[in-house]
Amino acid sequence: MMSSILPLKHPPATLAATPGTLPQGWSAARLRRRLAERAIETLLLLAALVSVFTTAAIVAILVWESVVFFRTVPLLDFLTDTQWTPLFDDAHFGILALLSGTLTTTIVALLVAVPLGTILAIYLSEFAPFRVREVAKPFLELLGGIPTIVYGYFALLFVTPVLQKIYPELPGFNMLSAGLVMGIMIIPYVSSLSEDAMRAVPMHMREASYAMGATRLQTAVFVVTPAALSGLASSYILGISRAVGETMVVAIAAGMQPNFSFDPREPAATITAYIVQVALGDLPHGSIGYQTIFAAGLTLLLITLVFNIVGHFLRKRFREAY
Amino acid sequence: MIPKSLGASSSASGVAGIRRLIARHKTLDWLFGLLGTLALLLATLVFAALFGQMLINGAPQLSWEFFTSFPSRRAASAGILSAWVGTILVMLVTAVVAVPLGIGAGIYLEEYARKNLLTDIIEINVTNLAGVPSIIYGLLALGLFVYQFGLGQSIAAAGLTLALLILPVVIVATREAIRTIPQNIREGAYACGSSKWQVVSHHIIPYSLPGIMTGVIIGLARAIGETAPIITIGALTFIAFLPPSPFSNAEQLISFEWLLAPFTVMPIQMFNWISRPEEAFQANAAAAGLVLLLMTLSMNALAIWIRYHFRKKIKW
Amino acid sequence: MNTETFPTAKAGAELKAQAKALSFHYGDFQALKNIDFPVERNQVTALIGPSGCGKSTFLRCFNRMHDLYPNMRYEGEILLYPDGVNIVDRHVDPIEVRMRISMVFQKPNPFPKSIYENVAYGLRVRGVRNRSLIDEKVEEALRAAALWGEVRDRLDDLAFNLSGGQQQRLCIARALATDPEILLFDEPTSALDPIATAKIEELVSELKEKVTILIVTHNMQQAARVSAYTAFMYIGELIEFDDTKRIFTNPSSKLTEEYITGRFG
Repeated sequence: MMSSILPLKHPPATLAATPGTLPQGWSAARLRRRLAERAIETLLLLAALVSVFTTAAIVAILVWESVVFFRTVPLLDFLTDTQWTPLFDDAHFGILALLSGTLTTTIVALLVAVPLGTILAIYLSEFAPFRVREVAKPFLELLGGIPTIVYGYFALLFVTPVLQKIYPELPGFNMLSAGLVMGIMIIPYVSSLSEDAMRAVPMHMREASYAMGATRLQTAVFVVTPAALSGLASSYILGISRAVGETMVVAIAAGMQPNFSFDPREPAATITAYIVQVALGDLPHGSIGYQTIFAAGLTLLLITLVFNIVGHFLRKRFREAY
Repeated sequence: MIPKSLGASSSASGVAGIRRLIARHKTLDWLFGLLGTLALLLATLVFAALFGQMLINGAPQLSWEFFTSFPSRRAASAGILSAWVGTILVMLVTAVVAVPLGIGAGIYLEEYARKNLLTDIIEINVTNLAGVPSIIYGLLALGLFVYQFGLGQSIAAAGLTLALLILPVVIVATREAIRTIPQNIREGAYACGSSKWQVVSHHIIPYSLPGIMTGVIIGLARAIGETAPIITIGALTFIAFLPPSPFSNAEQLISFEWLLAPFTVMPIQMFNWISRPEEAFQANAAAAGLVLLLMTLSMNALAIWIRYHFRKKIKW
Repeated sequence: MNTETFPTAKAGAELKAQAKALSFHYGDFQALKNIDFPVERNQVTALIGPSGCGKSTFLRCFNRMHDLYPNMRYEGEILLYPDGVNIVDRHVDPIEVRMRISMVFQKPNPFPKSIYENVAYGLRVRGVRNRSLIDEKVEEALRAAALWGEVRDRLDDLAFNLSGGQQQRLCIARALATDPEILLFDEPTSALDPIATAKIEELVSELKEKVTILIVTHNMQQAARVSAYTAFMYIGELIEFDDTKRIFTNPSSKLTEEYITGRFG
């Protein structure tokens, strides 16, 4: 004799149906739950779509204002002229004058960040005793969390005066000081990503090297670093992207005067510093001066986009490797 | 040719030669260890210089009046009242917008998203947005929030801008935290008869909360220090008044007038003082920088502490 | 064990569930092929076979675990008695199926909550709010899982603080708290030491008084010790189903014989 064995306090509606029959259609309870689940999923999807809208809005606004800009200024002039004087009577719109500043400060920054960041990464990943690593990693993270304006202050009022003691002719605004401080600022990014890449190298590869009688340095240089190469490269690319987009340090310490020069001892404006300079002034909405910052911004976005894409693929490669 | 003993083929002196070789390698090893230590020391020294210089220049300025005074033409009586109030209000908007959106997006991508084109597009977008320079967000805000939406140079415009800026940070932190939860926990919950949302709300969110909190705090700490996007939207730098109080309106309990008020924030105030030629203002800048630094460092420290603390507590 | 009272033909035996021509696909891959299989009420039925034979896949059909993952398809039916509903029917809500059929997993997977909350979880999912009822059910489930004595004084401790064997018994209690009709065990002792394993096996034998049990095991001795019926599966097919005794002493299939005598696996 079969007895009903539905022990639930709240027996589910569908299954409590007459024995031997398939449930026809959906029960009300199930439908209600389905709708609620659907509504939640839709809300979450909308939240996720905000990032797509943001990208679309960035591109739309930059392109929209730039299109207006390029109606006045020929693209060829924009790309080849070496003067950037949009607010003068004799207006020039040569982005090279700003790109030179961006490029110079970025190179100085990389000369600091790449060697130091790599050394720190190798040291922390392969050499440092556990305790040193436990303290050093959060410390480096903290350095990465310092606001850029504070680094700008440090560059203008500490690093520049120190450099002037060594080299008295150095002007108060210069790309060298800005670049050096920017380099220090991006060390944590480079070192932490590089270290992640080295940590991802499996232990058995190190063991194989040690088993051959290699020392730590030999293992690090001949085995770990080559294996983590794409990760290291992606950390450098990220560093470049940061340096190119960095604003406050250069705006404060390198000055805001466009200057087509690759001499780090000179003052010069970067693309970002120029945008700040214009924003600080009082340009009417819709004027050519207002549009220049969008054209400059679009240039900046395209440059960082290229680096981000390259970095992304490099990162993907080292992730896939293990 | 078969060597008589290990290494002897290359070195006539046999074992002694090997030992010399090893000694040389060990010296190199030791030297690199030293180099790494020096690099670490250099980073520490730079930080000490940065902090020390601000402390020396700024500490004398730090007084009760500094926190309770408005900016002024006279450096000695200038303060950061409008700046820190502005920072708190802007952060409030940023957090209210970025936290639910970021966590929601992270949950969607980890728990709901099917493998399809839309998901790929969203993922690429999030990765890409994380690498967009902050000043570009300023340009977006200038075109969209300030002019298109007519929000003007307001707390709402600034808060929204910074919210979009830190959204990728919150999303990535949420996803990474969720990814550490093993699949068998989800299966266990489903086997108890949970619906998807029950699994998410009873398990996924609570267990990933420490990781999410870490990301939110790091994101907000970054937003507090962001200067460029706020300058770009054209925020005024000289604000000698406070926004209307959220609780001022007698009829409604809470008023939202402050959202559309002009404002200044800590980094803008600091930038303003750095740009002044008079040396007396540099001291104010240092003092403001010190306050800003303490704010962001303590938030970052809190985030790091949460991560280390909870990583030890829950072991899957 | 009183397995002799139920002949292989299962005439007169009371069925709790029955798979009829059940097939299961992951994408293009057919993981289960046309399986007919009875589950007798208040008995332990064991599924054995070499790894990859589909025994876990088959087990997971019973509470629709596969529905959590994309690109899968059920064919045929699993009828759950007494109502005779086909639980792998597309129109049947997997959540309702899981509310009637519980599962214990290979690796203990307690939630990072207190011991009490782990056991109470299924009740909470069902919307039970009555505190004293929950208290009562938690105690009952923990007693049934032979864990009550060990944890009665520390119900608020984090479940992670228990040993592996205790965690697995906690997962059994969690599954029992909602009075399931069938309890599925997916190699429940493979992550446990021999003493903890013995306790779980003892528990499985006792639990059949309350609940119908289906257990997947890689361990033939375990199947022989706890089950009344045993099914041998191989590459997605059910090769032989019989009285456990007969399977281990006198299997009718050559393949089964080779497997149980250890010639492959």
